[in-house]
Amino acid sequence: MLTLSPFYHDLLDALNRGLLMSVALIVPSACGGVLIGTLAGTVRAFGRPWIRSIVDAYAALFRGTPLVVQLFVLYYGLPNLGLYLSPYSAAVIGFMLCSGAYQSEYVRGALLSTKKGQYLGAQALGFSTWQTLQSIIVPQAIRRAIHGCGNEIIYLIKYSSLAYIVTCMELTGEGKTIATEYFRFTEVFAVIALYYLVLVSLAMLALKKIEKFLYIPGFGRN
Amino acid sequence: MNSREIPVLQADKISKSFSGQRILNRVSVNLKRGEIKVLIGPSGGGKSTLLQCINCLVLPDEGSISLAGAEVDLRNKKSLYQLRQQVGMIFQDFNLFDHLNALDNITIALRKVKKISRTAAEQRARLELEQVGLGDKTDLYPAQLSGGQKQRVAIARALAMDPQVLLLDEPTSALDPELIGEVIAVIRSLAGKGMTMLMATHQISLISTLADEILFMEAGVIVEQGAPSQLLVPGCGSKSAGFCDRLSELADGECRC
Repeated sequence: MLTLSPFYHDLLDALNRGLLMSVALIVPSACGGVLIGTLAGTVRAFGRPWIRSIVDAYAALFRGTPLVVQLFVLYYGLPNLGLYLSPYSAAVIGFMLCSGAYQSEYVRGALLSTKKGQYLGAQALGFSTWQTLQSIIVPQAIRRAIHGCGNEIIYLIKYSSLAYIVTCMELTGEGKTIATEYFRFTEVFAVIALYYLVLVSLAMLALKKIEKFLYIPGFGRN
Repeated sequence: MNSREIPVLQADKISKSFSGQRILNRVSVNLKRGEIKVLIGPSGGGKSTLLQCINCLVLPDEGSISLAGAEVDLRNKKSLYQLRQQVGMIFQDFNLFDHLNALDNITIALRKVKKISRTAAEQRARLELEQVGLGDKTDLYPAQLSGGQKQRVAIARALAMDPQVLLLDEPTSALDPELIGEVIAVIRSLAGKGMTMLMATHQISLISTLADEILFMEAGVIVEQGAPSQLLVPGCGSKSAGFCDRLSELADGECRC
């Protein structure tokens, strides 16, 4: 059995705990982000003008302000309005809303880049607008959006490290505590970086699998 | 006109303007069962718009459309969906669904619009693909098919819906010359089976041999109308004859189909 020095023992202990918290942040945030992004993107592409301008404003706000500021407002600002969020929920809500804003842009682009002929072809066969959207436009848009959406998820994995500034102790937060305790920043952050690298690599692998599963000749790689 | 002679399709005094410009000006077309009419004329004359107005992909500003004697309510979405199921449309650039293979391009409409079971839909789709000579291409996606093959799938897709009328908007214009023949052969066999068709085309062989009637459109109106035997007589001085002469000169320069 390999015995570790107290430092590494403490470090790995803390990082593994942090890793669990990170995953608990990332998974719901990524799913929520994709969901919000899909809805918001669809509305921004096809919605009625008034609701479109509301959702446009949401996307502009969350893409236009730093995530740190958004988290601060959620965690430290909302209590002024009598709304108290736990560090974990503040972080997840912040990540979802921010990620959703970016995702909506990918979804919107994918929907708008569908050729007009695809609508015409469906309409000419007697498809209703809803059927056209459901059976023709969305399946094509998913395949166009997946690369961008995957990219955003990978980005989310890394910006989940910001959760520690609202005192949600995830990978970076746990690591930082150990680093300060032992005053060994280089090693600690090198190991943290490694953890993120593994997380991102796993995510990339999963995304590749999904891409492969959805692959159709004429979409993406040839 | 007695009741047996009620046209399958009547488009009456159709008008359409785009941003103030009159594209169609009170155009009327009737098609009896089994009849084939060909729209010719210079581009920008309104042929495409007329075809798109007839199955309401573009809503006419004025005019009425009747299918088998029953007028279609142009303000009711449901009745437009109904109309389009019965009036097939073939586009210049095919408009196959890019994410579906040849078979599913056909089955999806049968399943979603006609609510036919998957097995029955697949059976029908295979049959239609065989009819157009693509029985071995069921699993290929549009990106893997040639232009002529795509157009034949598009025709199979339209036919699977059992349309009463088929509208064809320059079905061979986007094809390489060597691929035109296979599509023309399919259209000829449709004509042989008595399909009612209204077709915009520049394909001289289709115009002169298939058309029961030629409609010459210019500036949003039908300016000449008549059987090829009247309009295409050499030296009769009709616009149609002049137009077709120019087309055949072009065709002779390229290839014979």
